[in-house]
Amino acid sequence: MVDRFKNFICRSYIAVIMFFLYAPILVLIVSSFNASRSRVIWGGFTLRWYVDVFSSRSIMEALYTTLAIAFLSSLIATLIGVTGAIGISAMRLRNYKIVMAFTNIPMLNADIVTGISLMLWFVKFMPLGFSSILLSHVTFNIPYIILSVMPKLQTLNVSIYEAAMDLGANRVYAFFRIVLPELTEGIIAGFIMAFTISMDDFVVTYFTKGAGVNTLSTMIYGELRKGIRPELYALSTLIFAAALIVLIIVNIFTERKPEKSSGRL
Amino acid sequence: MNKTITGAMILICLLAALTGCAKGEPENSLTVFNYGLYIDESVLSQFEDETGIRIKYEEAPTPEELYTKYKSGAIKYDVLCTSEYMLQRLINEGELKEIDFSDMQNVSDIGEEYWEFTRSFDPENKYVMPYFWGTVGLLYDKTKVHGDISSWDVIFNGEYAGDFIMPNSMRDAYATALKYLGYSLNTTDEGELREAQELLLSQKKDVSAYLVDEARDEVIAGNAAMAVVYSGEAYYAYEENHDFAYCLPEEGTNLWIDCWGVTRHCENVENAKKFLDFLCREDIAWANYEEVKYASPVKSVMARMSEEGLASDAINPSPEKLAKCEVFIQLPEETTDLLSSLWKELKAQ
Repeated sequence: MVDRFKNFICRSYIAVIMFFLYAPILVLIVSSFNASRSRVIWGGFTLRWYVDVFSSRSIMEALYTTLAIAFLSSLIATLIGVTGAIGISAMRLRNYKIVMAFTNIPMLNADIVTGISLMLWFVKFMPLGFSSILLSHVTFNIPYIILSVMPKLQTLNVSIYEAAMDLGANRVYAFFRIVLPELTEGIIAGFIMAFTISMDDFVVTYFTKGAGVNTLSTMIYGELRKGIRPELYALSTLIFAAALIVLIIVNIFTERKPEKSSGRL
Repeated sequence: MNKTITGAMILICLLAALTGCAKGEPENSLTVFNYGLYIDESVLSQFEDETGIRIKYEEAPTPEELYTKYKSGAIKYDVLCTSEYMLQRLINEGELKEIDFSDMQNVSDIGEEYWEFTRSFDPENKYVMPYFWGTVGLLYDKTKVHGDISSWDVIFNGEYAGDFIMPNSMRDAYATALKYLGYSLNTTDEGELREAQELLLSQKKDVSAYLVDEARDEVIAGNAAMAVVYSGEAYYAYEENHDFAYCLPEEGTNLWIDCWGVTRHCENVENAKKFLDFLCREDIAWANYEEVKYASPVKSVMARMSEEGLASDAINPSPEKLAKCEVFIQLPEETTDLLSSLWKELKAQ
């Protein structure tokens, strides 16, 4: 009896949390099928916004910029972050601590401070535009890569790297065949985290963007006064669906992994 | 080994692409700053196709935001559109360039009365060009009110206690009270302002909420019988459902007008003038009106408008009512300070 009650409490707790997390998204999805432009009147079911969204030049440009920035910035940040992490992990303890502290600053710093200082810096040297957004996103993405690769590096057994060299591999070969595969999980996790953080970012982008360049977040912000276009509900629904599908695929993929390795044993 | 080389190649390509982006600025371009959703997007590409001038388009949600972004100087805007009091501030600060409107053929299609409105802050009509205009009035649900709604009286006499929404912006809120009392909404008289404050304080218990942009949706959703809104919002509600109507109170109200100006950063004034003139062309002004649904100062738009629109006080108010309306002008500092402290007192109660 007590157990059943406890069970009930647990389940309702989860249900309430899920409700608070997903109810707003559900409202958004429902609105994306609403034929009326109003947020509060149901004007019938329509797929019109899903068609319109692809013919709007500004939305498509903003989507392209958002994805391009997210992809390029996390790729560059990954290259810099991984090499940086390897270097840092080889440092003596005192230097290691100092460098790690500095690495974490962009992550702990308030976005608005990062954004404004980057803007002041950029306006002195270059016109603001796509490249200034990209550079600032690389800046705040690097710590996330280092943070997710570092634990992998610390558990890495240096002996296998040395063994590879003993067996005739040169440094580069040993790095790509022995060290890198060990780090892959951390690198992928860091890349995905950087990608999502870059896509989410509004504050830093808002300050460092140039004229005529918009990401989805800055575009939506500009439209708040007159209400958001329903096309953007449709786009948000599509992005949510894409994220959900990726998540499901990743889950299926990781569930199968243990079977594989047990088969190899 | 091969992999390091490919890796290095990718990096070099990326860096090259980066610097390439920074240098590839097109020469013949115009940076335009406007409120969000305040233009028909396709008009911009049409302008690019017709003139070969590339437009870099930027949006801001509020006049204050637009001003801050402009003043930060990170982006050199060429032309911008904002509200009258912000334009006045920009003119006073020397941020706008004089424009010679005489050789712009489409601009002459703007009605004389609108140049008259802007003269309150641009006395010689040399800085700004009217774009959209409107009033502040009452949006109400016909099914929930009794009798005629024609005066600010309905929000001050307690008749609709708990069922109306006041604006959550200082000057709009005081404008309703000042106009109801028969004063100018640009008054600098402390006695008049304190009288308005008394009125707003006594009204506060009846106010269901102080809102800005959400006010319209609250009325559409049926959560309030009436709300103080911008006329454009009211016409939008009317198009959703014909049960909604707009009242331009007989005591008069605030008339707002959003205009374009050319900033001092603009190097190619000819391009800017081409753009402003283009906005007044019959087909373009009509497309913008259809998208934004605010009243347009362009005569050809009024001529094409439906009976419905012309009959609405939201789009086409009668001249007698307009005569009692006033444009906000920037208040002297002491009045602004007094107003701010009164507003804080009102909201804190």
